[in-house]
Amino acid sequence: MSATVREIGPREAREADALLVDVRSDEEWKVSHIPGALHVPMSQVEERLPDLVPDRSRPIITYCAVGARSHRILPTLDALGYEDAISMAGGIVAWRELGFPVDSESRLDEDKRERYSRHLLIPEVGEDGQRRLLETSILLIGAGGLGSPSALYLAAAGVGRIGIVDDDVVDSSNLQRQVLHSTAGLGKPKARSARKALMELNPDVEVVTYEERLTSENVDRILAGDWDLIVDGADNFPTRYLLNDASVWHDIPVVHGSIFRFEGQVTVFKPHEGPCYRCLFPQPPPPELAPSCAEGGVLGVLPGVIGSLQANEALKLALGIGEPAVGRLLLFDALGAKLDEVRVRRNPDCPVCGDNPTITEYIDYVDFCGGR
Amino acid sequence: MTTVRIPPTLRAETGGESAVPASGSTVRELLDDLTGRFPALRERIYPEGELARFVNVYVEGEDVRTREGLDTEVSDSSTVILLPAMAGGR
Repeated sequence: MSATVREIGPREAREADALLVDVRSDEEWKVSHIPGALHVPMSQVEERLPDLVPDRSRPIITYCAVGARSHRILPTLDALGYEDAISMAGGIVAWRELGFPVDSESRLDEDKRERYSRHLLIPEVGEDGQRRLLETSILLIGAGGLGSPSALYLAAAGVGRIGIVDDDVVDSSNLQRQVLHSTAGLGKPKARSARKALMELNPDVEVVTYEERLTSENVDRILAGDWDLIVDGADNFPTRYLLNDASVWHDIPVVHGSIFRFEGQVTVFKPHEGPCYRCLFPQPPPPELAPSCAEGGVLGVLPGVIGSLQANEALKLALGIGEPAVGRLLLFDALGAKLDEVRVRRNPDCPVCGDNPTITEYIDYVDFCGGR
Repeated sequence: MTTVRIPPTLRAETGGESAVPASGSTVRELLDDLTGRFPALRERIYPEGELARFVNVYVEGEDVRTREGLDTEVSDSSTVILLPAMAGGR
């Protein structure tokens, strides 16, 4: 079989006389799964599936959270000799949205009920919402000033899977604001330091680390990791434009934040529903007008405020509640203690998310941003 | 006079001021007046009377490019914000 799109919808999957194979992690399976499905985590498929399902002609439907991992595993099944394997589009999230049944430890266990009790008390979150958070995967670009508070609050809230992309190491000048790291972590890779802090905070969370800088070469691989949302805490323009284009093409919402000195900005880019970063800022400023925090400085608490606002938007999107800041750019001024907002409209002529896109593959982002 | 908010990255061009009064009934007149008094700012964002592409101007929370551009009307009570992108995150 070819490696082109091989998917069927949950409706067809439910009717089909096939074995459902859940390729998610143990933690995700425990939260909820489709009744009668076989659970084989993605990393164990090659080793364990042949023993569990010796009949290679048996039809198999793989599923995961939203349908990315289950599609990516198909070539492995082909290589093992399975003749009729297909992925369920939209994953268990789409399955549940259609009202189809799932099995779960119908109540959260005692430890989780205790840990998340303040969420369970809120009608808008409750047990269903908490279970939803435990099944949500959020990718953080950067474990620095903005990434620190958002990672901590998302992990504390019980977001089940958190990815961290950062190629930097912890430096003592980071500790004035990057509360994810500590003096003991000086010199260690930030992704690893972040992983340690998050797992100490909440062992329910699976932390996936990428000790690399986001580039045109690795962005497709990293974004294909079945992420529901991305929180952008990058520190430079090339990464932000690269992430924008990639997130539009991968159709993943981005919670954007940026900071400088006493001022910060937050918004949500939801591909095709709202504007993208290029609709807001078609061009970066020239390098001399784009100093980084390393050059211009930043009040230590500012990323705490802006990163927390990003976590707030991410949790709302994950829970499907409230009014996410789609099409609205929030402007925070720490000195004036003021929060303003301006409207951001989708640009039909946008070269990436517009009606007739002219940019359809990755460009030289460093060059586009004036050489830095 | 209308108050124009200056972003942190352009304050070197306005002598450190974060908000500057300017007069005019349209964005163009406002920018003419403002950048007339701060020539360094003119060079940065308004050379030859054209608004640089990397700066957004908001009047009452709306990007003037989605309205009447430099002809967008302003009043004394309008909130006018100049805003280029910021990249900082760590």
